[in-house]
Amino acid sequence: MSQIKNSLDRMIPEGMVPYQGADAIIKKTKRKLIDEVIYNGGNKPVENDISSIFDKLSISDGMTLSFHHHLRNGDGVINMVLAEIKKRKLKNMTLAPSAIFPVHEPMVELIKAGNITKIYTNYINGPVAQAIEQGFLKELLVMDTHGGRPRAIESGEIKIDVAFIAVPTCDKCGHGNGTEGPSACGTLGYAIPDLLYATYKVVVTDHLVDRVKKVDIDGRYVHYILHVPSIGNPEGIQSGTTKPTRDPIQLKIAKNTAKLIDELGYIKKGLRFQTGAGGTSLAVAEDISHIMKEKNVVGSFASGGITNFLVNMHENGLFEKLYDVQCFDLEAIKSYQKNKQHIMMSSSEYANPYYPKPIAHELDVVILGATEIDLDYNVNVTTDSFGHIMGGSGGHSDTAYGAKLTIITTNLVKSRLSMVKNHVRTITTPGETVDVLVTERGIAINPRRTDLIKKLEHSKLPLMTIEDLLKKAHDMTGTPKEKINQGKVVGVVRYRDGSIIDCLYQYQGA
Amino acid sequence: MRRSLLFIPANTPAMLQNADIFDADGIIFDLEDAIQMSEKDAARDLLSEYLKLNTLKDVELIVRINNLDSPFFEKDIESCLAWPIHTIMLPKASYSAIEKLDGLLHKFEKKQKREMMPVIPIIEQAKSLFEVDRIASHPRVAALLLGGEDLATDLGVERTREGEEILLARQLVVYAAKAYQKEAIDTPFTDVSSKEGLSYDAEHAKRLGMTAKACIHPIQIDVINETFMPSQKEIDEAKRIVELEALAIKNGKGAFSMDGKMIDKPIILRAKKLLERVKS
Amino acid sequence: MYASAGTLESNDCLITVEPSDVLSITVESIVKEAFGEQIEQEILNCLKQLKIKSMKVHISDKGALDYTIRARLLTAIKRLEEKK
Repeated sequence: MSQIKNSLDRMIPEGMVPYQGADAIIKKTKRKLIDEVIYNGGNKPVENDISSIFDKLSISDGMTLSFHHHLRNGDGVINMVLAEIKKRKLKNMTLAPSAIFPVHEPMVELIKAGNITKIYTNYINGPVAQAIEQGFLKELLVMDTHGGRPRAIESGEIKIDVAFIAVPTCDKCGHGNGTEGPSACGTLGYAIPDLLYATYKVVVTDHLVDRVKKVDIDGRYVHYILHVPSIGNPEGIQSGTTKPTRDPIQLKIAKNTAKLIDELGYIKKGLRFQTGAGGTSLAVAEDISHIMKEKNVVGSFASGGITNFLVNMHENGLFEKLYDVQCFDLEAIKSYQKNKQHIMMSSSEYANPYYPKPIAHELDVVILGATEIDLDYNVNVTTDSFGHIMGGSGGHSDTAYGAKLTIITTNLVKSRLSMVKNHVRTITTPGETVDVLVTERGIAINPRRTDLIKKLEHSKLPLMTIEDLLKKAHDMTGTPKEKINQGKVVGVVRYRDGSIIDCLYQYQGA
Repeated sequence: MRRSLLFIPANTPAMLQNADIFDADGIIFDLEDAIQMSEKDAARDLLSEYLKLNTLKDVELIVRINNLDSPFFEKDIESCLAWPIHTIMLPKASYSAIEKLDGLLHKFEKKQKREMMPVIPIIEQAKSLFEVDRIASHPRVAALLLGGEDLATDLGVERTREGEEILLARQLVVYAAKAYQKEAIDTPFTDVSSKEGLSYDAEHAKRLGMTAKACIHPIQIDVINETFMPSQKEIDEAKRIVELEALAIKNGKGAFSMDGKMIDKPIILRAKKLLERVKS
Repeated sequence: MYASAGTLESNDCLITVEPSDVLSITVESIVKEAFGEQIEQEILNCLKQLKIKSMKVHISDKGALDYTIRARLLTAIKRLEEKK
């Protein structure tokens, strides 16, 4: 495959738009919108098995089917559709699920057999990721960000023939929400672009009622209701109570991160904050909440994937509002159900670079993770140090771009491997949008941020250059043999504007 | 300054190589209870190689050797004398054990013409409390560590949050230490998940006169450092007392008062001791 | 007859040594790509220092740093000596 270089010196397939800078394309282009596909406000036909849906909609070879990932690793909808594709021996299908989890293992067979030949997604983990990195997907895997996916759908770039929208509770008109029912999952932010723009919309539910309490899914866009016994496994849907970490190294990282945010003056009235759902991210939130309480600070909002921890912060008066693109646990779902200040945001409202004022662009501070980071502060969250595909941007690139202060937290060294590299294996988020790296052995500030460096002149925090951190790591571990990317390209990583920031290569290890 | 001492099992590489990340004032490399019998040799070799890296700066390096009666005691002492460590911690300490250890160490120190290696005995048996003053008086003893868990076992009782069962032991260790100007170090708080319980226990120990506390998990270090750090208020007050004393001496006065309170010699001495601790 | 030292926990390694007519080192490691050569070299250096010309050494590594590899090798060799 012919390749050309993008502005980060990464090779990308010829014929695709190369990444040219975080603002390059967005500032030069206007938002492109195809027409919304509205159907009608009346009762919708209710089907009881997937087969009738395939018949009624004439789902055939080469079509694009889409899904959201609010049911996470408890999802039952994708597998239901896969089984039907397999039964009908459909070929060359394109799937556009917003994320793929280990529960979607049945997809592997269909990929190998050519039933599915192309996939668009924002995050991928498990057997399907392994199958793709081994080169079984006939066409390229296309990875977008949480903000890039709605951009691609609303502009017509990804043309969805049928959107299967899992909705935990809906009425006979197709109006629904994710907060009621046995498979409740909370907000349905990722489903909105599919709902508005797909040619046909099928709401898939296991809880059909006369009246819904809240309308998060507008039935006027819906064509069919597929009523099945179960749309998923509640245990897999809720990640369980996500708690702050107890690992002393992560706790040290968290403590220093909170200190840094405080020293930079961000912990003040009106704070707009986002952090991940992992143990370290929540530990940072915990430390920040202590400082906020001490200083009597009330933040404006906390956003992102919402956990019970953030709900507690809000209920304790630390944040006025919660902007929620997905719920991670039961407490978050309950809070969304009863609290008017807990607000759902669609993926566009969250992170679409062309949306007027997405929440991601309103952030003061965001705390993010990394599998690798390089001397230019480019961050990898798509592949691990060994080249396995195990993640994807999700909202990483979007929030890194939009937040005034973007902080990456990670161990410096894990099992002899340094997380700081000369070059990351895959660039997910460009270094120009990343400001600070906090590790257990030191904190590095992106030299572009002379303002932050100046503010921290007299700080007692362990500040050093990222080159120093790399040296520290190599002093401990020895200098590793670094692997260069080569071989068959199995996928592309798209920046939020649709340009190609890097490629995914066939896994070459043992 | 000793406020927090962190126990690290000597046979666990993951913990050894991260020892330098935490803010403990001292690290106690454990060759005793944390290491199973069959691994004592491996622990010694690993600690040996780790110490050669010299990564720990400004931290007191302490080794908890196996007790006098164990088959590992001699090899442990041999290793300790070869290692760049500061202090030896002796479990199941009794006065006679201290004397024996002192004898052995003294022989080597004389031969190698090196400074005396201080010892911290662990007071963890009922009978050792009846000679804790003698133990504290020994010139080689730098500080006393109370081993609350083993002591409770010796007494046949459960450890409790209030610590009533070890109250006498805590106090005896404090009195013995103070009598001979040695430091009194409190026993670890074993419920790692309870920050509140640790805080309570540390505050209690401080009120009794302990000036430091050992711990078994890095997550406990911050609370302990904070508790045993004199507060800014206490430091400021001590500074004022010392200043006022200097002034009084200059004016040929003996006693003086501060904020309406008579400041006598014991108070002045406490103030000076505190400022010394803060300085170190 | 053989002897081992170490564990398969993260950041540790399990080293097994056997008497042999030749010098052979087999490396299994979670970081083989990045550090495989270095691990083998470290073991070779240690054996050279101990003036051991022939031995069969096997290492199952979970990301151990050099000092750990040295220590585990030393312990295993000492244990082998004791068995003899």
